[in-house]
Amino acid sequence: MKGSFRKERIDRGIKVRTEGIYAISSWREMGYLIIPRAMLIFGLLLSPVLIPSLYWQRVITYVCIYSLLAIGFDFLAHFVGLVSLGGAFFIGVGGYLGAYLNTYLNLPLYLTIPISSIVGAVICTLLLLPCLPLRGVYFAIITLMYPLIFMRLIEALDILGGTEGIFGVSSFPNQWVEQYFIILCTLFALFLLRRFVNIDVGLVFRAVKDNDQAVRASGINVTFVKATAVFIASLLGCLGGVTLVHIYMWAGMSLFALDFSIIPIAATVIGGGGTLVGAVIGTFILVPVSELLRELGTLRIVFYSLILTGFVIFKSEGIMNYAQRKYHQFERWVRV
Amino acid sequence: MKKGILLEVSGLSKRFGGVQALSNISFKVNRGDIFGIIGPNGSGKTTLVNCITGFIKSDEGKVVFRGKDITKLPPHKIANLGLTRTFQIMRPYYSLPAFKNLIIPLFSHRARKEGGWRGGGRLGDRKTVSLDILEDIGFERDSSVPYKLASSLPTGYLKRLELARCLSLRPELIICDEIFSGLSMSEIASMVPLIERLQMEGITLIMIEHRLRELFRVANRVMVLNFGVKLIEGLPEEVIEDERVKEAYFGSDTEVMEYA
Repeated sequence: MKGSFRKERIDRGIKVRTEGIYAISSWREMGYLIIPRAMLIFGLLLSPVLIPSLYWQRVITYVCIYSLLAIGFDFLAHFVGLVSLGGAFFIGVGGYLGAYLNTYLNLPLYLTIPISSIVGAVICTLLLLPCLPLRGVYFAIITLMYPLIFMRLIEALDILGGTEGIFGVSSFPNQWVEQYFIILCTLFALFLLRRFVNIDVGLVFRAVKDNDQAVRASGINVTFVKATAVFIASLLGCLGGVTLVHIYMWAGMSLFALDFSIIPIAATVIGGGGTLVGAVIGTFILVPVSELLRELGTLRIVFYSLILTGFVIFKSEGIMNYAQRKYHQFERWVRV
Repeated sequence: MKKGILLEVSGLSKRFGGVQALSNISFKVNRGDIFGIIGPNGSGKTTLVNCITGFIKSDEGKVVFRGKDITKLPPHKIANLGLTRTFQIMRPYYSLPAFKNLIIPLFSHRARKEGGWRGGGRLGDRKTVSLDILEDIGFERDSSVPYKLASSLPTGYLKRLELARCLSLRPELIICDEIFSGLSMSEIASMVPLIERLQMEGITLIMIEHRLRELFRVANRVMVLNFGVKLIEGLPEEVIEDERVKEAYFGSDTEVMEYA
């Protein structure tokens, strides 16, 4: 009897017509949808409790900050069509702004975080506005240049603490507030943005990526749409930056480090572009792996590169895209 | 229906490096007409459309639409005034289903101000509105066609989707850039009545065309371009008899005689 079975591959029905019907057809189907989400949400929420070591708790915090950048990158690249290397720029602007407000103007932490996120995002958007009509690699180059410009300006003019940085930034009241603040921010950013790209307004953003000429012909100001998208991404980045400064209790030129631009891209590649959650999963793999490899000393970057290369070659679509494909195209054994 | 001039182009010129793509083009389009623009390949027809709709900045000249100077306006503002266009090479959003393609223009100022489809009023549920427009333009509502990804639709539907995008802005003037090209004879046969119906509904159309037979059937006036210069403008039957037009399309008589 065993030989009389064969594997059958079935495509799920046309998604747009069935929308959520499949999801509630059985417990198993519901499980497919609920369990991954629950794992992510509860895993993140419980991580400060479950992870005892202070060091690894800190790593989770960094993972969340990188996740914010990666979500922003994925949103800009795969839903608006702007390849941004601006992670370092966003972190730097948000971080320095937060440090300045906190030390020079003596604003408390619960004011510096929202103010620097929003004002920082406005500053980033205004500075990037001139290159928004450009497409492709130009936007990437400009976003890469800005952090370098700012770094050199701070160094040369000796402003904002110069090479020493700004000391004495107030810290979070305690470890728990710090961790849960950034974890909740990450979860909200992820689920709000996922919702956003799927509602009607989100379609306008995706259309800009698909065909900006047609969007113009539809009577919509493409530059405004792009600017809004950049604002959203830089809001997430600046939020990460100001949080980081309050964790370090210091703001320095290393906020403009290239890591903040590159790791989000690598994470998006590993996790799967265009899924948003993939970007988060990617950082959850990359950042801890990078910490683990620290023990290898100089060879760290070699292994790091090997892991990245492996992912690019063997799973170039990324984890989430692979998982989604498997979900939409499920296989079962049928009697011949 | 209000009569009068809807679009007036005067002295429009455009140069690309050494090529004079358009030189001193002037014409007027009356409200409710179908105005045809023909000309051999490279005669500047698409450049003219791009200049009128703001996709390319013209060097000289003036474009007046509904009494308002739109020469220097960006494309999205021109579209919001009710002057829309289709693209010769179709530009749908390939990653979206057909009905979601129409949700994007429904976010424009004009669509939100002018309200819903047919009979006006408040812009209702965007999905319903876009399905209404698609049904109106020949997408079978109860079939799976409106739900298919634009990348899987055949050319005929994509051309209709271009028109639908214009219609969702509730336009006064549509410029159709080669709407018949690439279509089969039967697809053209079903497209012609659609064009005629749009005219009946009070929409003015400018049609850039290679398909002279279908164009002359629907057009009220025709203008001929050659090497960026306006050759002649007039009624279809006048234009087709004109010697200069024959020459532009088929070469001069003397050459024909020599080869004969």
